[in-house]
Amino acid sequence: MGMLDFLASFAIMASIYAIFSMGLNVHWGYTGLLNFGVAGFFAVGAYTSALFTSRMPTGALATYVRQAFGFNMPFLLGVLFAALFAGIVAVLIGLLTLRLSEAYLAISAIGVAETIRIFFNNERWLANGSQGLIGLKRPLGNVIPPAYYNYVYLLIVVIFLLLIYFALERGIRSPWGRVLRAIREDEVMAAADGKNVFFFKLQSLVLGAMIMGIGGALYAHYSAAIQPSVFEPLFGTFIIWTMLTVGGTGNNRGAILGAFIVWALWSWTTFLILKVVPPSFATRAPYIRYVIIGVLLVVFTSARPRGIIGEERQVSRF
Amino acid sequence: MVELIVYGIVLGSIIALGSVGLTLIWGITDLFNCAHGDQITVGAYLALLFSGLLSRIGPLSNPVGPFSFSWGLLLSFIPAIIVSIGLAVLVDRLVYKRMRRTGAHFITAFIASIGVAWALRGFIYIIWGADFHFYSEGLRGMVFLPAGIKLRIDEIFIMIVAWGSVAAVYLFLGRTKTGKALRALADNPNLARVSGINVERMLIWAWGLAGLLVAVAGILYGIETQLRPEMGWIFLLPLFAAVILGGKGSITGALAGGLVMGLAQQVSTLFLVPTYKPAVAFIIMILVLIFRPKGIFGRRSA
Repeated sequence: MGMLDFLASFAIMASIYAIFSMGLNVHWGYTGLLNFGVAGFFAVGAYTSALFTSRMPTGALATYVRQAFGFNMPFLLGVLFAALFAGIVAVLIGLLTLRLSEAYLAISAIGVAETIRIFFNNERWLANGSQGLIGLKRPLGNVIPPAYYNYVYLLIVVIFLLLIYFALERGIRSPWGRVLRAIREDEVMAAADGKNVFFFKLQSLVLGAMIMGIGGALYAHYSAAIQPSVFEPLFGTFIIWTMLTVGGTGNNRGAILGAFIVWALWSWTTFLILKVVPPSFATRAPYIRYVIIGVLLVVFTSARPRGIIGEERQVSRF
Repeated sequence: MVELIVYGIVLGSIIALGSVGLTLIWGITDLFNCAHGDQITVGAYLALLFSGLLSRIGPLSNPVGPFSFSWGLLLSFIPAIIVSIGLAVLVDRLVYKRMRRTGAHFITAFIASIGVAWALRGFIYIIWGADFHFYSEGLRGMVFLPAGIKLRIDEIFIMIVAWGSVAAVYLFLGRTKTGKALRALADNPNLARVSGINVERMLIWAWGLAGLLVAVAGILYGIETQLRPEMGWIFLLPLFAAVILGGKGSITGALAGGLVMGLAQQVSTLFLVPTYKPAVAFIIMILVLIFRPKGIFGRRSA
């Protein structure tokens, strides 16, 4: 039983990461947008859903927990608003930064994501600042016994994962998807063919951001607690880059595979290491994961940039 | 206000020093090195290691004059710089050289440099742990300047070493044959190649120079604040801003950009909570990117 529970909680987190990874695949894999600010959209999604679905604190609690609003909406509406707000933020960021060239876009994206995190950390009136929000709504939480809850939540996450996967597969095989890939391969050519490059990039940024927003909402309602430290660049952005790079940039199945492999390495190495190392070393040993993830990223980018699966040559069949 | 400007110049001097190596590598190899910050951290921790070893020799554990740090730390600049240079060149040989040979896009190297950053930080966490470290536990002496400005004595040392190192690099790039070849390479790699400059050799020089500068910047930053594994990564963000502000490959630009970033971050505390400091650097950077994509001080037209 213990093993099954462990696997369920592993699969939930891996599936949530797979959603982020597919969102990043829209940006980087299909359109060539170097979005190094995944954590920003992750944060916006998580906080939006948390605020929309929670109750405004009352009584004694109100002195400890401050939030701008709390609409007590159902879970699905929270996810919807998460996607919507992440999309709106993407429009704003896109209007500012999408005209920048590759590396500049990447660095501004880190900057925007960090600014969003610092903003949530400092502005306590908005979402309780650095302490974050706890006791978030878990869908069907009052119906299902806690012992089985993870299995039900896993089902919910997998449904979202599949919906996003099939929608993206359709989208990328459509004429619209071909324009994105044309922009990735040669922006000038795409513009010469009469495509509005900026507008297509903006659409791609918004779509990917909305997927990331959904991922953020799913994360918030799973962990039932969010605080700004979750959205630091390492955990909120670069682990997702490693997942996509390892699995296969430009391939949605690769994005999912990479998320499961990297998350397995990340969560299981701690588990295994703590059994081997002496207790005095126990607080430091888990950092071996940083080294593993870093080396993975270097090895894949230099030796196998396609990733494990890689992009299919032909995506449209007539 | 005057006080904040002085603090801004101190911070800006360290940012300026850190950004010289970054802009040099960017100009020469097109690589925006995301591991630069963590190389700074490594430099700082190497000095901690060597000064710990050296301080076992009794007299070396005494503080240097009025400063807070020991003779051991002062001497440990040398081995820390040597190891840091070795590391920078090694990473280039192991990771980026291979990518140059296969003709990989510079973005690939950019992503790989994030992997390098993680791996370096992982080693620091494993060896030294997540706790803060200080070069010295002693009290930090202050000097009182006119207009009621208090400055730590250490900060005078930081300024002297930072600008001394910058001046040395400037002379090296301006007066020596190797330096001129490096600048030629940054200006126009193809022209440099056909002029008979050995590019791979020059890249070893460039990475070595970057390794030297990150070590010095790391130790100075460690003296100014404290050592923790995330110090360089957090410091990298204003460095990027300074380098972009200065324009690709422009050393003068990076120096000016560094000072601007230091000043902007400190003076912003007049209007904003200090925790917004990193965000200030970014917002300036994004504004520069939008309105002056070649940087304010950029000398080259792409």
